[in-house]
Amino acid sequence: MDLTITRSEVSQTRKVAMLEFDDIQHLLLTRAPALKARYEFLSFRVGVGGRAWAAAISETIHSAASMRASVDQDKRWVTAAFTWNGLRALGLDEASLASFPEEFKQGMAARAQMLGDTGVNAPDHWVGGLASPDLHAIVILFARDDAEHDRCVSEHEKLIANCPGVEVLSVLDLQAIRPFGYAHEHFGYRDRLSEPAIEGNSVEPTPGTGEPLKPGEFILGYPDEYGVIADSPRPEVLARNGSYMAYRRLEEHVGKFREFLRQHGDTVEEQELVAAKLMGRWRSGAPLVLAPEKDDPGLGADMRRNNDFTYKELDPHGYAVPLGSHIRRMNPRDMGHNMNRRRMIRRGAPYGPPLPEGAPDDGVERGIAAFVICASLIRQFEFAQNVWINDRNFNELGNERDPIIGTQDGTLEYKIPKRPIRKKIVGLPAFTTLRGGAYFFLPGLRALGYLASLDESRRA
Amino acid sequence: MSSESKTEDWSKPAAMAIPKGGYFQDKVEQGRYGPIFPKTPACYGFSILAKIIPGREDVFYKYAKSIEETIAAQPDALAVLQLHYLRWVLFPIKGDTYFMYQGIFDTDFDKYTEDAVTLFGITGLRTVFENLEGFPMDWQTNPAAFIKFVRDHQCPSFLEYAEYPYASATEIKKALKLKAAFSTMLDQMQ
Repeated sequence: MDLTITRSEVSQTRKVAMLEFDDIQHLLLTRAPALKARYEFLSFRVGVGGRAWAAAISETIHSAASMRASVDQDKRWVTAAFTWNGLRALGLDEASLASFPEEFKQGMAARAQMLGDTGVNAPDHWVGGLASPDLHAIVILFARDDAEHDRCVSEHEKLIANCPGVEVLSVLDLQAIRPFGYAHEHFGYRDRLSEPAIEGNSVEPTPGTGEPLKPGEFILGYPDEYGVIADSPRPEVLARNGSYMAYRRLEEHVGKFREFLRQHGDTVEEQELVAAKLMGRWRSGAPLVLAPEKDDPGLGADMRRNNDFTYKELDPHGYAVPLGSHIRRMNPRDMGHNMNRRRMIRRGAPYGPPLPEGAPDDGVERGIAAFVICASLIRQFEFAQNVWINDRNFNELGNERDPIIGTQDGTLEYKIPKRPIRKKIVGLPAFTTLRGGAYFFLPGLRALGYLASLDESRRA
Repeated sequence: MSSESKTEDWSKPAAMAIPKGGYFQDKVEQGRYGPIFPKTPACYGFSILAKIIPGREDVFYKYAKSIEETIAAQPDALAVLQLHYLRWVLFPIKGDTYFMYQGIFDTDFDKYTEDAVTLFGITGLRTVFENLEGFPMDWQTNPAAFIKFVRDHQCPSFLEYAEYPYASATEIKKALKLKAAFSTMLDQMQ
């Protein structure tokens, strides 16, 4: 039977690949203990300036290995990544450029309709030059504190001044939201609760995370869950230990969100339940599957328990976690298909000042600016965006999109299963707006050196 | 015609004429791998036609048994495709044998296209596709090539009809379950 043969073929390739921790940028495998961050979006007017910048910035970038070795002493962690136009601006030859996947070549703005980035979310409304073909690179700074943030910003200013033709298109400063004891975003939901484990990364997965995935799901040049090493861009030195990042700058309309909760709940408890039903977790992080009736902050904070659940047995009809809720869309767990081919690593931080509780909306932009890291943008990030987040008929729901990050225009609904009769919210407002996005290639450190030393005179 | 039949009333049979090329040019929806063929009263579907490598007919008949056994052993093996029906046909054109793989399903093919490629690997469909002329033999490391082959060999319908338009397989199965449950209930009340 073919089924058996194919599975045994795959199992033969299930030996653990040795990850090259000294070459993989730290962002892919580790999370920096930073309270401040800054993203700078760059354009290279001349290749020589871009290469000089790449050479200099590479000296500041931690590999996963060096990050782990000195994380307690270090105060800042830097990442650099490039758009397809950026790789061309650095002088990469046409044959290599052509070997990148089509979706990366096109860029996020060109894929807007399929991603659901329409209406006010469309690229013609984006800020910071993110929709422009002049966007060539991003440098991400994670800093332990304000002083280090300011010092690094000043150092980078000096570096840019010394690199001819390198321009800063825009910057975004980010900071963790108080209280700093746990990661959360402006709506108040606890964040960073679910992250796929990677085989060979020697990080113990938290219960419920699932078996570690083959590194090829996230890092180019390694076997993936199919048991094969997928075709990568050329030359090999450029692709190896690299990955792709989808950047999303999502504004969060906190005033509108709180008003919505007030409209749909008479008491604080009722409002909290509505918030939990949209997410699938209480704002404490406690999953509704395990705490369906009332919040359990102890559970929410316990990383050994807060992600340890499935749906098929515990909640097949969505009486606890609605079928269209954010966490059920973003990770359908045991009710999804081929889940190991759809997982993503997420990094990022909130930006903008928190809106004090009880204060009216102040019109100031605040939100979350995040990176989705994966080996295949089309199979992982774009699938999640197109099918899980924005498919109106996901789980046969008929007229819904993700209630938190889906494209909402006020015409869709949100159904909360309940016995005997479900609750249906009609005209769900948009709680988030996409303010910009881009696709980046996140090279390994040797690849960054290769890019920095390109010789344009030999360009094919 | 199209707008009228898209009222999604399952009780009123509907037909839809589809322009040359398979798309309504004023409302082409983009999928991840290119434009999506429109949903019709007969749901989404594909008709993939390709010439088989001469002399390989027997492989197709063996493959049919293999699929039969796979589904018997694992009835939900194809669940991700949200299918109603699949039909596999071999037919001659001027002495050559051609293969038609026709499916009717509830989600546009583009959405789960990599899942379909995975399924092809698991369920043995690869065996049969590898016997088609022009099929990319490196499809396992280059799934985009597999998807391109499927898109290149898709022949869109120019007319589709449904006796019960737009009803999904899930809805139909729910209705049948409900009917069975009512029958049981009535039996229990005797």
